[in-house]
Amino acid sequence: MTVQLMYLVASVCFVLALKGLSSPKYARYGNFIGAFGMLVAVVTAYVHGVVHNGLWILIAIALGVVVGIPAARSVKMTAIPQMVALFNGVGGAAAALVALAEFFAVPDSTVLFRLATVLTVLIGSVSFSGSVVTFLKLQELMTTRPVLLPAGQQLAIAAAASSIALCALTMAVPNGFLLWLLAVVGLALGVLFVLPVGGADVPIAISLLNAFTGLAVAASGYVLANTLLIVAGTLVGASGTILTRLMAQAMGRSLANILFGAFKTTTVVAQGEEQRTVKSGTVEDVAILLGYANNVVVVPGYGLAVAQAQHAVRELVAQLERRGVSVAYGIHPVAGRMPGHMNVLLAEADVPYEQLKELDDVNPGITSVDVAVVVGANDVVNPGARDEPSSPIYGMPIFDVDRAKSVVFMKRSMRPGFAGVDNELLYNPKTTLLFGDAKDSLTKLLAAVKQL
Amino acid sequence: MIDLLTIFVLAVFVGFEVVSKVSTILHTPLMSGANAIHGVILVGAILITGSAESTLELVLGLVAVFLATVNVVGGFVVTDRMLEMFKR
Repeated sequence: MTVQLMYLVASVCFVLALKGLSSPKYARYGNFIGAFGMLVAVVTAYVHGVVHNGLWILIAIALGVVVGIPAARSVKMTAIPQMVALFNGVGGAAAALVALAEFFAVPDSTVLFRLATVLTVLIGSVSFSGSVVTFLKLQELMTTRPVLLPAGQQLAIAAAASSIALCALTMAVPNGFLLWLLAVVGLALGVLFVLPVGGADVPIAISLLNAFTGLAVAASGYVLANTLLIVAGTLVGASGTILTRLMAQAMGRSLANILFGAFKTTTVVAQGEEQRTVKSGTVEDVAILLGYANNVVVVPGYGLAVAQAQHAVRELVAQLERRGVSVAYGIHPVAGRMPGHMNVLLAEADVPYEQLKELDDVNPGITSVDVAVVVGANDVVNPGARDEPSSPIYGMPIFDVDRAKSVVFMKRSMRPGFAGVDNELLYNPKTTLLFGDAKDSLTKLLAAVKQL
Repeated sequence: MIDLLTIFVLAVFVGFEVVSKVSTILHTPLMSGANAIHGVILVGAILITGSAESTLELVLGLVAVFLATVNVVGGFVVTDRMLEMFKR
């Protein structure tokens, strides 16, 4: 009775946590409430459910804390998405292991029990291996491009079919070996599922795998007949599904297209072989352009964060404002490596919240913007997404900076963006390119603007 | 069994309802926060290990406890670090 009551308290905390996380004002409290609920649940389980092995459990928890906290504390804000992917993966693995262990502990099982068991093992393994691949992609330990194996599609279908067959078989004939085999096939399925997803779409895959882990946890709740696991797992499964859909909407594409529409034409080579000219400017040119403008929009991208230039851009913006220039930041919903990532990165650099404008705030007035400054961004200002139906990123909403009066494009090199697509904006006569490291260029620009 | 199913279905609706209106600004922290919550599998892992009879169960359970703990503490700490920067 007390145990159920404590679990109820924890469940309520989790709902409040998700609710809180949905509004900027209460988000941090929401997270605290969630952590509190978790503490209540874990202490309850330990005090009431542990018959023996108590010391071993405490040692395993201590090890987890020793590994988890430093990892979470030391990770750079730019690397958050891959860290979330890893934490998600280990959660999925834990769910699969719990179901495996319970399977061996219960010799006479019902069909429903076995159904929940095979689902937990399968979804948990998919989530684990899929998350590891997303981690490798985002950490750039492997290519960020979609990987299309020869006959990859057939392999994936074969893996999916055999996993379903194994599920059915294990339900009919409860056999430990079959369940292990299912786990292995699940791991393969997770890899095959994520490999063809392109770099820019990986965050969506993480969000979906997050929902998967939630479902695996919910299914394990059936295995253990534990209401808390069912509630918490389902909450995450449902909210993760919605979140995935919202993210896909922000990219202007359907989920199916993102997951299965691996870019068939990886590089659309610029028409013809002719050398196309770009206009590059000096720091002084750009300083004059900015210093005497009325209206400037800065569009930051992941490259800004990689160069650790968030503070430099904030100082430049402050200097421009002192000269009476009105400046706003245009934050694309998928700027960075994860939806909402850029907001986190700029907040870290103390950029005031009110200066961050979304697509719908910037685009309607873009024609009256004197200078649009693109720093370390690429795909989110690529007019091809709007005009070129053949472009792999066609349909993604963009900042229409090509309609501003002039564009300054800060770039390290002519390398294409994360999605690997050439950007027509670079060749636009209105565009001035400023080559160099973003932080370096911004610092020099700041000095040059002060000289004006 | 039908009780558990009832709980499941109701939780689906709550989950959908709770995040249906979240702004894009908070997508990353919300994903990370939800991530920490599914670390509740730690409860399952503790229960399994606490009643394990064979070495196999014990080993599987302990690995699960370890992994789930990483999920829980890592998830909450990362989320807090992100949200700390929004508080102003």
